Amino acid sequence: MIRTRGLRKTFRTGRRRKSTTVEAVAGLDLTVGEGEIFGFLGPNGAGKTTTLRMLATLLPPDGGEAVVAGADLRTAQAEVRRSIGYVAQGGGTWDDVTAREELVLQARMHGIGRAEAQARAAEALDAFDLTAFADRNCRTYSGGQRRRVDIALGVVHRPKVLFLDEPTSGLDPQSRSHMWDEIRRLRTAGMTVFLTTHYLDEADALCDRIAIIDGGGIVAEGTPTELKRGIAGEVVTLEVADHAAKAAEVLAALDCVRSAEVRDEGDVRLSVDAGETAMPRVMRALADVGVELTTIELHRPTLDDVFLTKTGRSLRES
Amino acid sequence: MKTLRDTWLVFQRHMLLLGRSPLSILLGVAQPVVYMALFAPLLKPALASMGADSMTDAYRIYVPGMLVALALGGGLYVGFGLLAELASGVIERARVTPVSRVALLLGRALRDVVVLVIQAAVIIVLAMPLGLFVHITDLLLAYALLALITLTSSAVSYGLALKVSDPNALGQVVNNIAQPLMLLSGTLLPLALAPLWLRRISDVNPFSRAVVGMRALFAGHAGDSSVWQGIALLAAVALVALAWSARLFARSVR
Ligand SMILES: Nc1ncnc2c1ncn2[C@@H]1O[C@H](COP(=O)(O)OP(=O)(O)OP(=O)(O)O)[C@@H](O)[C@H]1O
Ligand SMILES: [Mg+2]
Repeated sequence: MIRTRGLRKTFRTGRRRKSTTVEAVAGLDLTVGEGEIFGFLGPNGAGKTTTLRMLATLLPPDGGEAVVAGADLRTAQAEVRRSIGYVAQGGGTWDDVTAREELVLQARMHGIGRAEAQARAAEALDAFDLTAFADRNCRTYSGGQRRRVDIALGVVHRPKVLFLDEPTSGLDPQSRSHMWDEIRRLRTAGMTVFLTTHYLDEADALCDRIAIIDGGGIVAEGTPTELKRGIAGEVVTLEVADHAAKAAEVLAALDCVRSAEVRDEGDVRLSVDAGETAMPRVMRALADVGVELTTIELHRPTLDDVFLTKTGRSLRES
Repeated sequence: MKTLRDTWLVFQRHMLLLGRSPLSILLGVAQPVVYMALFAPLLKPALASMGADSMTDAYRIYVPGMLVALALGGGLYVGFGLLAELASGVIERARVTPVSRVALLLGRALRDVVVLVIQAAVIIVLAMPLGLFVHITDLLLAYALLALITLTSSAVSYGLALKVSDPNALGQVVNNIAQPLMLLSGTLLPLALAPLWLRRISDVNPFSRAVVGMRALFAGHAGDSSVWQGIALLAAVALVALAWSARLFARSVR
């Protein structure tokens, strides 16, 4: 659905003499499959918005090529626009009109007839839980309500590809999970969703595949599970009453355990491939040799660990 | 066809917005009304050089000029509204849709024409007790002229807003264009008293042609050559301004 090769954008700012350049996006290669929820995870200033704006025809790339929904971004922008929806990071509604009026206009701007536009608007109001305030002016909405309206505006014409720039920023936990459900439903309806986020849990729970972007380039790409497994595997720490060395020796022989070591604190640290299946086998093996287990703990690497390994910084701090 | 439909869509939306804040229209006429009350009596002696013997004559010369000033000045400031729309993201939202780019400009410029038509009507009605009387066909021709001027000035203002993008800078640019243009059009101050070189410059200014045409209409001389010349000239100017601005709308990267 989306395919980019060497996509680049450099911004020049300041006066002629003291101009500085920012390489916002530096040669991006991406492939997003049909019906996929693809997440773009990265810290502030990583180039997420810039990439989205280029793919949504709002910003001409400085180099590289891209195909969106079968249309070439450089030569067939009108065609790209017919197949996409785009929800900007800051949204975009007029203050003195209602959500319903906005939705109807948006559908009409996509060439949909009056009656059909009204039906689509009602449908979108329903799907995004906006009916309670659909006929009030947008000026009166809370931040979260406004965000939901923004997203409804992006899908009212049923695009093939939907770009969402930080769809859940400003939403409370309940609206957030509601929004996730809604985005999953869009995928079920056959839409391809390309979203950006800097929430680790969102990338993890919602996205089929993610790309981690930093400094305008992709540092890692894959399913959340692949990425997490790819770095350190999972770690099981266990405490035994005694015979720690013997326990480590026995466990290292198991085929689900990559390595086992006794740490200074006297506990045993195992590196495993899949913690949830390894733990019962570890327990059984220890019981077989008569070593008494006091505690056992599974630590799964987070996407933040992935980011840390790839960039040397934590996403939380940057 | 699509452009017409889209223009109608954009226009409708802006009429809706206008209907919800009608105060802005009335605020726009406040200044011209004050001018009419204060300046015209003040200028009567000066207008005598243009054949104004009575107060009514003075208004017949002054009001058409002021209407041109309103169309020119009012239109030149609409760019600020566009900057606000750019900041709010509604323009970007429209730009991702296949909506015609020309329509984004035309729909707005037509809204500006409607605003001017209402404002001009207020002024003309207020001037009636002062003895101003215009024949309906003359009035329609006058409105045609004013509409062309507004299309020009608002298209230029939108174009400048897209180019300049900073509200402070836009204010400077607009002021620097509006002041000399109004002066050279003889809208408020008659050019009859101006030195010859200034009048020469004014002669090539299409808006001063429009002012002459407007005055002919308000004097009841619809057949005067300045009327059709003014309309033809302004139509050409409006077309150029719209084309320039529409191109910027289509190209603008923001
Ligand atoms: N119009 C612009 N002019 C100059 N620099 C820009 C412009 N837009 C973006 N940048 C710069 O490009 C870089 C990438 O910005 P971008 O908005 O794509 O980041 P982002 O990943 O969306 O960040 P955030 O999470 O804060 O939204 C930043 O360093 C930013 O300052
Ligand atoms: Mg961003």
